[in-house]
Amino acid sequence: MSTVSPEKSFLDEVKKRSGQPIELCYQCQKCASGCIATEFADYYPNEVIRMVQLGQKERVLNCSSIWLCSACETCGARCPNNINVRAVMDALKEMAIEKGIIKEKRVKQFHNVFLGTVYSHGRIHEVSMMAKYKLKSLDLFSDMGIGFKMFTKGKLPLTPKNIKDKSKLKNIFDKSDPSMLNVKLEDINYGEQKTGV
Amino acid sequence: MKFSYYPGCSLEATAKEYDLSARAACQALDVELQELDDWVCCGATSAHSINKTLSVSLPAKNIAIAQQVGHDLVIPCSACYNMLKKADHHMRNDSDVRGKMEEIVDFKYTGDVNVLSLLEAMVNRLGIDNIAQKVVNPLKDLKVVCYYGCLLVRPPEITHFDRDENPESMDNLVKSLGATVIPWSYKTDCCGANLGLTSSDVVQGMVGRLLDAAKEAGADAIVTSCPLCHSNLEMRRKEHGTDLPVFYFTELMGLALGLKDCTNWFSTHLIDPRPLLRSVSLI
Repeated sequence: MSTVSPEKSFLDEVKKRSGQPIELCYQCQKCASGCIATEFADYYPNEVIRMVQLGQKERVLNCSSIWLCSACETCGARCPNNINVRAVMDALKEMAIEKGIIKEKRVKQFHNVFLGTVYSHGRIHEVSMMAKYKLKSLDLFSDMGIGFKMFTKGKLPLTPKNIKDKSKLKNIFDKSDPSMLNVKLEDINYGEQKTGV
Repeated sequence: MKFSYYPGCSLEATAKEYDLSARAACQALDVELQELDDWVCCGATSAHSINKTLSVSLPAKNIAIAQQVGHDLVIPCSACYNMLKKADHHMRNDSDVRGKMEEIVDFKYTGDVNVLSLLEAMVNRLGIDNIAQKVVNPLKDLKVVCYYGCLLVRPPEITHFDRDENPESMDNLVKSLGATVIPWSYKTDCCGANLGLTSSDVVQGMVGRLLDAAKEAGADAIVTSCPLCHSNLEMRRKEHGTDLPVFYFTELMGLALGLKDCTNWFSTHLIDPRPLLRSVSLI
């Protein structure tokens, strides 16, 4: 008879989604030493990894660190166990969204508006994207001065550029199910890049 | 020498001087850049943050367009480069990812198109010596630090270009233009990236550290290859004077190559670099 504890199944789920060997972390803290978000976020990256190892699902999905990670990938490049912590943070964000737990609402709103703009136009149009984001986040007045200066310098065109082939793009969006890609452990190649197909 | 060119969304707006200077410098060096027809946004941080599949399928769409043209694909923006390079890496090395992308994007991946950053194309394909030979206005007395940021160099097992802890390609290129390039320890520290828009106080702290370090090293300006780094370094500083302006490396190439358009690029900066350039008699 075999039993799977909830702690173990959470760890397995994060491993599967991120494709990372999370169990190998031995808390050397090289990731935290190089992380620029540590002074602003609630947990260090090594602490996030530890919480995943221990199956502390609620605590880790509720933390701000997974949202304030800027995806600079310093942690992963320095990890002696080749854990790409950015991929773990992305997997945790994905799971938090599925559970409806959004600790940093503005960050999530920004991502939604950004991808919505790509869906509508095919490219980012900064003026309409920022207008939408500001309305949604109610952060209405920050950066007005800088925005105006950029506009006068011709850096914020008012009309969006649309791509021609929108139906194909919409098709790509519709088919891109977030859960479709779980990069498998054995396919992550930390040695020499393979060439050819 | 001919490449396909993927400018990316920023280069149509907030980083238009990067686009103009990249095209002008390449033309002066006989490098032909052919813009990809009907390219789409790479998805940037938002795609990989909330939909991993889209973070590969949007870049794959652009690789599919580039395959039809056939030339290697050059990308100036570090963020776009990183997205397309990663997508190409996964499709090249993982048959499962490749199969799914071929189905979503409706194409057949051949692996014939190499994805290069513009810096890599200049340094490795064209060669620094070939650029140095065409310098007519050496950037004498201009003291700079080169800031590579994150996405050009990491993850190193995918980017395969320069050293990830202490990259030197941009330093060597800018040196060949006649400038004094000062070593510093913050070449690959993060500027805060897209958090500049949602958590600007966080980014102000990160940018402040970089500006202080650049000043302490004795630099008069910062050189970068990333539109997001450029706008954070300009927008998220406390004092908006003319101190420590930020250049794209292509702007310095244009200046050293004696291109007349340069002043039009410099006038679009939020931190005006012209007082500095006048003080060292470069414009």
